[in-house]
Parts: sequence; structure tokens; C-alpha cells
Amino acid sequence: MIKVNNISKTFGKNEVLKNISTSINQGEVVAVIGPSGSGKSTFLRCINLLETPSAGEIWIKDTEITNPKTNKQMVRQKIGMVFQHFHLFPHMTVLENITYAPQKVNKLSKENAEKIAKNLLSKVGLLDKMDSYPNQLSGGQKQRVAIARALAMEPEIMLFDEPTSALDPEMVKEVLDVMKDLANTGMTMIIVTHEMNFAREVANRILFLDEGVLLEEQIPAIFFNQPSTVRAQEFLAKVL
Amino acid sequence: MNLDFSQIVPYIPFMLKGIGATLKFVSISILVGFILGTILALCKITNKPVLKWFAAAYTSIFRGTPLILQLMIIYFAIPQLTGYDIDGFLAAILAFGLNSAAYVSEIIRAGIMAVDHGQTEAAEALGIPYKPMMLNIILPQAIKNILPALMNEFITLTKESAIVSTIGYLDLMRRAQIVGADLYRNFEPLLVAGLIYWIMVVILTKIGSMVERRMRYSD
Ligand SMILES: Nc1ncnc2c1ncn2[C@@H]1O[C@H](COP(=O)(O)OP(=O)(O)O)[C@@H](O)[C@H]1O
Ligand SMILES: [Mg+2]
Repeated sequence: MIKVNNISKTFGKNEVLKNISTSINQGEVVAVIGPSGSGKSTFLRCINLLETPSAGEIWIKDTEITNPKTNKQMVRQKIGMVFQHFHLFPHMTVLENITYAPQKVNKLSKENAEKIAKNLLSKVGLLDKMDSYPNQLSGGQKQRVAIARALAMEPEIMLFDEPTSALDPEMVKEVLDVMKDLANTGMTMIIVTHEMNFAREVANRILFLDEGVLLEEQIPAIFFNQPSTVRAQEFLAKVL
Repeated sequence: MNLDFSQIVPYIPFMLKGIGATLKFVSISILVGFILGTILALCKITNKPVLKWFAAAYTSIFRGTPLILQLMIIYFAIPQLTGYDIDGFLAAILAFGLNSAAYVSEIIRAGIMAVDHGQTEAAEALGIPYKPMMLNIILPQAIKNILPALMNEFITLTKESAIVSTIGYLDLMRRAQIVGADLYRNFEPLLVAGLIYWIMVVILTKIGSMVERRMRYSD
């Protein structure tokens, strides 16, 4: 489904991603972990072209999205993204947040878009908040709305960049539960996270990034029990 | 010290008409300034070098030269160049509109830049094209930062507007001068004009802080 071939990314002189290759199958859940500043966000953002790789190719199905001729908007419509800080549209209600893009981009009628939105809101347990504004919601509720907003575009891939890092501890579970449900529906997901238990439980595969290098790529059972590199051992010793 | 306000009483209606004349051309000017300023601001935030350069040059020129000079050029130099005898009202609107476009474009640009960049990224990640993103997501949030500053620009223009008296446009200032010449007394009509300007600015300031409070409330 996703093929990453030798991508690198430099900001000025700073080489943030170094020659990364991997591939991700349909329905796979991949957790990206690693120290802060190791390039996790940048890697994720390359996949929906919020960042353009300096070298290398990314293929999604039969499209080379890194080809300059590729229509970025078309690529992004099929890839949902959830941010650490939610980025809900503050001047729109919850329902408007979710229905805006499907109407504007997918040209759905208002009725259709609202039907989809309400269905998603009941799945994330927030149907009663549809007329609220984002500033009336808790962090966990905002993040669940943000997930619903991304899903309303009916994406084939979902990207999560530390979706629970900005949340109070008591709200982390409600968001992780929604993500778990989503994983169970067979959604292809790439999740940057510091929630090691979640990664161990939900992910099919762990990508361990360190200083822009993909150091380990392993199933959770092996990665968490017998990490092969010293860097991963040190990292796990710190966070577990 | 001999001040005598009784003589100017008959002239008061004549002077008050200047308020309308002043507000009329200032309002139209700020509207022109707003429209042009929005376009310039959009030029400033694109990644098209030509548009960026044009907007920057425009702003630099109109902010870097005296407004009265711009007014004089439009009123006196354009007829000389083109043979078209521009009337005072039009010249005033052009000068003030073109000038305030430079300032307004900075206000709008700053207002747009102050919107969290995450909003743009969220919109881009959803595949929303540039135009609807600007129109429906970024600008409605930027307007909160823009409107109060725009109100200040309106107040500044109202005060600066007195320089259109130099091209004979019958604004409040010009009328005060005419009354002064009529009576051979300048102090009283100028004092009255000053009072009227001050009241106008106080009222506009009040409206401005109301707008600001409204904007903050709707956050
Ligand atoms: N837009 C940018 N411009 C310049 N440097 C950047 C930019 N984005 C990220 N970086 C740098 O790239 C490195 C990796 O960042 P990031 O991908 O955010 O790491 P992580 O998500 O693993 O914490 C950091 O050193 C960061 O400063
Ligand atoms: Mg990050």
C-alpha cells in the first residue's frame, strides 16, 4: 500500500531523515517511536506531503506521490492526519468542523455530509457535542472530534502524530480506545507515539527512528523484549 | 485675549456640513484601502516572487513618502500629465485609498500570519484547496486581529484627512479656514473645528473598543 524508497530530508544543512526505506501493507498498524528530534514527525509528514522529501520516492498504491507532477490535494484526500494539538477550526461547530471538507472537497451534499458526521460522532461518543464549539470541549474530546473530522473524508490511510501527548493523563485512554477501534476496522495506520503499552498492544510493527535513521523495524514482541541495537535498548530503558 | 464665539454662530451649520464631507471621503477611502489592501496582503503571503515584490514595493513607496505629496501629485500632476482635470473629491479618495491600502495590507498580512499555522496544515491535510482555505478557515480567524487595527487606521485617516483642505476640497478644515477668512478671525473657527475633530475621534475610538470587545467575546 505504501512504499518508501530511500527517502532523505534536509532542512538547510540539517539532515533530519537519512535514507529511510520501508513498506506498509493495507490494514497494517505501524508505530513509529524514538527520541525527541529523531525525525518521527518529519517522516510522517512526508507521507502526506506536508513535507517534501529531499531525495527518494514514496509510492501509495500505484502513484509515486513524490513525483512533482502529482496533485498533492488528491493525495491528501485519501490520507487522514491527526495532530498533537488537534487543530480544530475554532470558529466552526463540531459538526461544521467534520462536514466542511467532505462538502468542499468531495462535493457531498450537506445532508449526506451531516449523516456521515453524526455516524462518526456517535462512534467516538460525542454525538451530544455536535453543536458545541471546540473551546467548549476537553482535550480528549477535541482529539476525538479531530479523528472524526479526518475519517469523514473516508481516507485509506490514517496518520497520527503523538495524538495523546498534549492530553491530561485521564483523557489518554478515551483517545487510544477510539484508535484501537479504528485499528480493528482494518484501517491502515501510522502512529507516532510515546505510549509504549499501546504500541505493544495494537501495532503490528514498530519503526524505531534515531537521529534520522531507521534503526530497527520489528514486531512488537521482539522489539520490546530483545531490541537489537544499543540505542533502542537505551531508549526503552528510559521510557519503560 | 479677546475671544468672541458669537460671530461664528451663523457659520456653524456651514462648518457642520464638513463633518459629512470628511466622513464621506474617509469612509470611501478606507473601503478602497481595504479592498486593495486585501489584494496586496494576499500578494505578500503567496510564494510568487513577482507578486511579493510588487506588493512590497507598493507598500514601501506609499509608506515612505508624505501623504500630502501623494495627494498633490494626484491632484496637480495628473492633470498636467494627462489633461484630465481631476476633481477634489476623486483625488482625495484616490490619494487616501491608495495610501491606506499600503497600511491596511500590513494590518491584514499581520492578522493572517497571527493565525496558528496548524490551521493551514489541518486544512491542507484534509485536501482543501487554497482559496476556500483562505476564505473559510484562515480569514474568519484573522478578522479578529484585523478589525480593531482597521478601526485605528480609520481614526488616523480621519485626522489626516484635514490635509485635503490644501486642494480646496470642502472638508471640515477647509470650511474653518473659509469662515476665518470671512470674519478676519481665525482662532474661533479653528477651535470649533478642533473640537469637532476631537469629538469624532472620541466616538470612533468608542466604536473601536466596542468592536474589539465583541471580537474577544466571540473567541
Ligand atoms: N520545518 C522545519 N525547519 C527546520 N527544521 C526542522 C523543521 N521541522 C523539523 N525540523 C528539525 O528536524 C528534526 C526532527 O524533527 P521532528 O521530525 O519534529 O522530530 P520528532 O518528531 O521525532 O521529535 C529536529 O531537529 C527539528 O528541529
Ligand atoms: Mg514530533
